[in-house]
Amino acid sequence: MSNFMKNVVTVKEQLTSGTNRRSFLKISGLTMAATGLLLTGCNNDDDSMNNGPYAPGVRNGKFDLGSGDLGVLTYAYALEQLEADFYTRVVNLNNFGALFNSEEQQILSDLYAHEVIHREFFKVALTGALPNPSTQLLPALQFDFSTVNFSSRSSILGTAKALEDTGVAAYNGAGKLITSTDYLLLAGKIVSVEARHASAIRSLINPNSNDFAGDDVVNASNGLDAAKNPSQILPIAGSFITTEFTATYLP
Amino acid sequence: MNLLKFIESFTDDHLMNSKGSRRDSFGQFGQLGKNLALASIPLGLAAFTNKAFASDIGPTPSTPIGALQLALTLEYLEDEFYRLGLESGVIPTGGRDEKVFMQIAKHEASHVEFLIAGLGASAVAKPTFDFTVGGAFDPFNTTGIGATAAYQQFLVLAQAFEDTGVRAYKGQAGNLISTPDLLTAALQIHSVEARHASEVRRLRGLKGWITGNQRGAGMPSATQAVYDGEENVTQAGFNTSTVNNGSLGPAIPGLAGSESYDEPLTTQQSVNIANLFIV
Repeated sequence: MSNFMKNVVTVKEQLTSGTNRRSFLKISGLTMAATGLLLTGCNNDDDSMNNGPYAPGVRNGKFDLGSGDLGVLTYAYALEQLEADFYTRVVNLNNFGALFNSEEQQILSDLYAHEVIHREFFKVALTGALPNPSTQLLPALQFDFSTVNFSSRSSILGTAKALEDTGVAAYNGAGKLITSTDYLLLAGKIVSVEARHASAIRSLINPNSNDFAGDDVVNASNGLDAAKNPSQILPIAGSFITTEFTATYLP
Repeated sequence: MNLLKFIESFTDDHLMNSKGSRRDSFGQFGQLGKNLALASIPLGLAAFTNKAFASDIGPTPSTPIGALQLALTLEYLEDEFYRLGLESGVIPTGGRDEKVFMQIAKHEASHVEFLIAGLGASAVAKPTFDFTVGGAFDPFNTTGIGATAAYQQFLVLAQAFEDTGVRAYKGQAGNLISTPDLLTAALQIHSVEARHASEVRRLRGLKGWITGNQRGAGMPSATQAVYDGEENVTQAGFNTSTVNNGSLGPAIPGLAGSESYDEPLTTQQSVNIANLFIV
């Protein structure tokens, strides 16, 4: 079973393989094949219900994100908690005004506001949609940003870039997992704002360049942005999340 | 009539926003004269608008193929616009602007190629575009308003096209839900359009995201159709304009609610915007 720790290892392998598209595809293929087996083994009616056959909630002592639309929304809620927490730390810094010029302060303050709004939206939406939110709503996660140097402009902006690019790839990959057109549209409304963020942060880091939509993130041959499965995203996001949870039933 | 309103309102805005050199002013008055001349010849104008309507594209079907056909038309428009822009010499060379538009042009060309390959026999033909909208704009300096003035108009149109692209793709998501691979590809283009939109807006001195239904400084009122509806703050019944982070962080402005969500355009709304540039 693909638990959280296993995912960490898998994605780090992909990151080190970097731009080698062939090995990336190979690893993705293996991941998908493994997931397919898992789903076949566990359940043969995976996507027929709105809340999936596996509701979010504690399984074997850890919170599992579950499957189906509510599992995907819970996954998005986890990512938005991460982003909101990071930017809250940034705008609360005593040296915020010293580290960043006024344009950068405006952008980071906006990102703080947007991500907190996204987080609160998912909390309320999930509370309304889950049959039993008292046990099925993902709790407030705990974070560890000790790898970020909060007295360094480049460390903070670099982390912001990673989080925003990850968010874009996560929503792009999650779209096909959603069965409700309403939820799909909501994810679409959010992902383009994440992409606007990613572009702006990249542009701040390297202003006189094409990095806002650079070849490192937008495929130079077909013009497509990244799209990644939860099993590829969670290990990246998980490097900042200390609350253990699993995503056993998401691909 | 859309086209008439478009031309008139742009003329007003253009004058109000003018702050340029004497040469620019002459250029603008020349433009005004042209538009007045156009408006004062009812017969000629009628012929002109009829012609425009005859070539209008219709709404695409609410199917996966239809969604990609609409996308292809919009990508044709963007691809040709940036290609002509780069050829025209109005984009300042050697710096950020040129790098930005070369990258955007590369992506739009790839998107056209990608969609044509994906649609196969269902690919729609490329329409004939008029980026001057009957002479209201001169983004490529073809009538000699000067490269600087032309580039400002180029930027205005680029912003409108990118923000439209984001909203148009989003509006097609529901039509693609039954075809996961096509949906994913469309999402992968959608987020690239959003990256473009953010950068073009920032080149123009705006925020990378849309606040309320504000089209932003220097955008002619005719582009308002691109922004109407963006002011929505109700998401699945949740009011995004009243969120606060309590004691955890600074107060959150109400307008951040609309900024944090981009809104879709319907097929008809997207087609109406595209038709302004199709002759």
